[in-house]
Amino acid sequence: MQSTLTSLSGFSKKLIAGAAIVATAISFSSHAELGYPEKEELTFGFIKLTDMAPIAVAYENGYFEDEGLYVTIEAQANWKVLLDGVIDGRLDGAHMLAGQPIAATIGYGTQAEIITPFSMDLNGNAITVSNEIWAEMKPNIPKMADGRPVHPIKADALKPVVEKYIDSGKPFNMGMVFPVSTHNYELRYWLAAGGIHPGFYAPHKGDTSGKIDAQALLSVTPPPQMPATLEAGTIYGYCVGEPWNQQAVFKGIGVPVVTDYEIWKNNPEKVFGITKEFAEKYPNTTIRLTRALIRAAIWLDENNNANRKEAVKILAKSEYVGADYEVIANSMTGTFEYEKGDKREVPDFNVFFRYNATYPYYSDAIWYLTQMRRWGQIAEGKSDEWYLETAKKVYRPDIYMQAVESLIAEKIVPATLFDSLESVDGFRAPQTHFIDDIVFDGKAPNAYIDQFSIGLKAQQQL
Amino acid sequence: MPNLVSDFTTGRYDVGFQTKMPPAISAFLRALILPMLGVLVFTLLWSFSASKIDTSLGKFPGPGAVAEQVVNLYNEHQASREKELAFYERQEQRNAARIAKDPTYIPKTRTFTGKETFVDQIGTSLMTVLSGFILAAIIAIPLGIAIGLSKSLNTAINPIIQIFKPVSPLAWLPLVTMVVSALYVSSDPMFAKSYIVSLITVTLCCLWPMVMNTSVGVASLNSDWTNVSRVLRLPTLTHIRKIVLPASVPAIFTGMRLSLGIAWMVLIAAEMLAQNPGLGKFVWDEFQNGSSSSLSRIMTAVLVIGLIGFMLDRSMLLLQRWLSWDKSTQVR
Repeated sequence: MQSTLTSLSGFSKKLIAGAAIVATAISFSSHAELGYPEKEELTFGFIKLTDMAPIAVAYENGYFEDEGLYVTIEAQANWKVLLDGVIDGRLDGAHMLAGQPIAATIGYGTQAEIITPFSMDLNGNAITVSNEIWAEMKPNIPKMADGRPVHPIKADALKPVVEKYIDSGKPFNMGMVFPVSTHNYELRYWLAAGGIHPGFYAPHKGDTSGKIDAQALLSVTPPPQMPATLEAGTIYGYCVGEPWNQQAVFKGIGVPVVTDYEIWKNNPEKVFGITKEFAEKYPNTTIRLTRALIRAAIWLDENNNANRKEAVKILAKSEYVGADYEVIANSMTGTFEYEKGDKREVPDFNVFFRYNATYPYYSDAIWYLTQMRRWGQIAEGKSDEWYLETAKKVYRPDIYMQAVESLIAEKIVPATLFDSLESVDGFRAPQTHFIDDIVFDGKAPNAYIDQFSIGLKAQQQL
Repeated sequence: MPNLVSDFTTGRYDVGFQTKMPPAISAFLRALILPMLGVLVFTLLWSFSASKIDTSLGKFPGPGAVAEQVVNLYNEHQASREKELAFYERQEQRNAARIAKDPTYIPKTRTFTGKETFVDQIGTSLMTVLSGFILAAIIAIPLGIAIGLSKSLNTAINPIIQIFKPVSPLAWLPLVTMVVSALYVSSDPMFAKSYIVSLITVTLCCLWPMVMNTSVGVASLNSDWTNVSRVLRLPTLTHIRKIVLPASVPAIFTGMRLSLGIAWMVLIAAEMLAQNPGLGKFVWDEFQNGSSSSLSRIMTAVLVIGLIGFMLDRSMLLLQRWLSWDKSTQVR
């Protein structure tokens, strides 16, 4: 009897929570006010990277407090610690790699239901190689009239170098930040597009090192330690977010060769992750924190990046990213320094709001899933429906739209900012700007996977 | 050469000016000038060698860079305090506004959400080390007395002590962390988990020197005094209180001083490893930041850690001088 009762009350709680979500959704059409947050004191985790900016800005500009949220922001040692913190409740939410909530939901690594109502940014990563590798790569790269290398630099230039290392029996090690990180997939994409095999995962055989058949061996290093690991010679190159590529240039220990903007123009990068349980238990809090983050993202991109300098000042504080102002400013203010002195305009290197950057598109989630399949992290073939269903479990544009509608209703932000979201069905139009010119259509993931020459086919199993 | 130095410092070496000065003044000058000379030479050497070391984060910090960071860190602390005041003010206004709207609302004051400053971190570390140390003393001293009094207990427990004594408490850290997170569950905990973890780690490493020294002190009790106690037929507790405790105070204090020194050293390492708030975390955070001022901030922390360690030791010594009958303890 007791157990029936508790299960009943659990069920009714879910019903009430569900009803509350529906009720809030309906209430917006009637422009009723959003309720007070159920949980006011929150702790958010982040990794020291410039793309955590929306969280820092929402705090410093008082957007969290405007929502009645009292947020403590804590730097985390690495992505694993951060994810565990969100799962075990030590953190209420965190700046996450786009792949993390997806992997957690499908049970790759730690199994947990994590959702994202807010996509934090586009682009912002780069691949850096050590000075020696750069010296060996450089002859293979075509030059412009002024002697500077032609961009984007493809991995074709790296291929002979990797082959030389393999022939002389030296493993070619590279660093990325987490097995399900954007950086892992981007680095793999770039290498594979240049004919270098980055290796398969085979979780069903207990192999999660991702080095099966690999020519370049990728391993995990926490972002802030990347430059030091490169300097120590443990790895020959890495893919990481800012400021750790620019740091390598400043310290003179490496050369960024390609940005992820060049690998895939306007790729979704970080998301804000919370547990599904949190969102159900605290619906108002969830909408309110999303509102604060949206406002921060708007501020970051406002008036053609006019606030970026101020944002860099915030990020340079030791409690946030803490790197030097100049290092952070290099990429945040629309330029990117490749080789020392070779500073080029990349106005969209960090995008926080433009191009619907904050909207959690199902197609973004599906792209990550296709890459997990391509490299074997998802052990067996799946149907197109499975990809969409999984994406819908994790990416929650419904919460995002509630936040947007209430912001517009309260006249906190102008409705014109969100005009392009009018008829969105959760999918970006087929995306063409990949370094290997393969087109990604989120509605046909299996057909997409089959197009790659390096990587598992959609239904192939190791 | 060492003889020369000791002759000089103890005044046996006849230096010209000494003969013309009253001994009290010359002793005072010696106590003042020699350490100053030492610091000066060290600063010069430091500043010289620092300028020769180039790291990927810039030059190794010299005394100037550290002085600059001391000012910076203090200013940051002040700025954070101002932010804190503003935070509470805003919160009050918000609460008032909400009450105006909804009279049934009971306002709640939430603590400042800003990050701990360097000064706060010093406070946290000091709190942790002292509470861990006191907890260790509460366990170690009675245990030490019991072991010192009873040969059989000593024989029984000694192997355990010998095994655990050389274990670096950092090896314990993962176990302590897991046990604390498993057992210390409360919806509204009085202390943060990280504080409890650091505290237990400190306690674990403070324990052994105190147990050992206390038991040795108790065991080597002057037999005349034990005999007096026997003749008077003192009950056990009175025997401990009147004879054993006073007699072994010097030994206990030696153990306590040793322990406190180790505790301070271990705490910084534990904070660094477990990312628990405190000076250790400050050092680690700065290392992670990798900015051009990181090294000088770390160097500042190093000096502050040293100074605090020195002060802790001195306070222990003063306490010992004040409480112990054996005034012959050397200041070292």
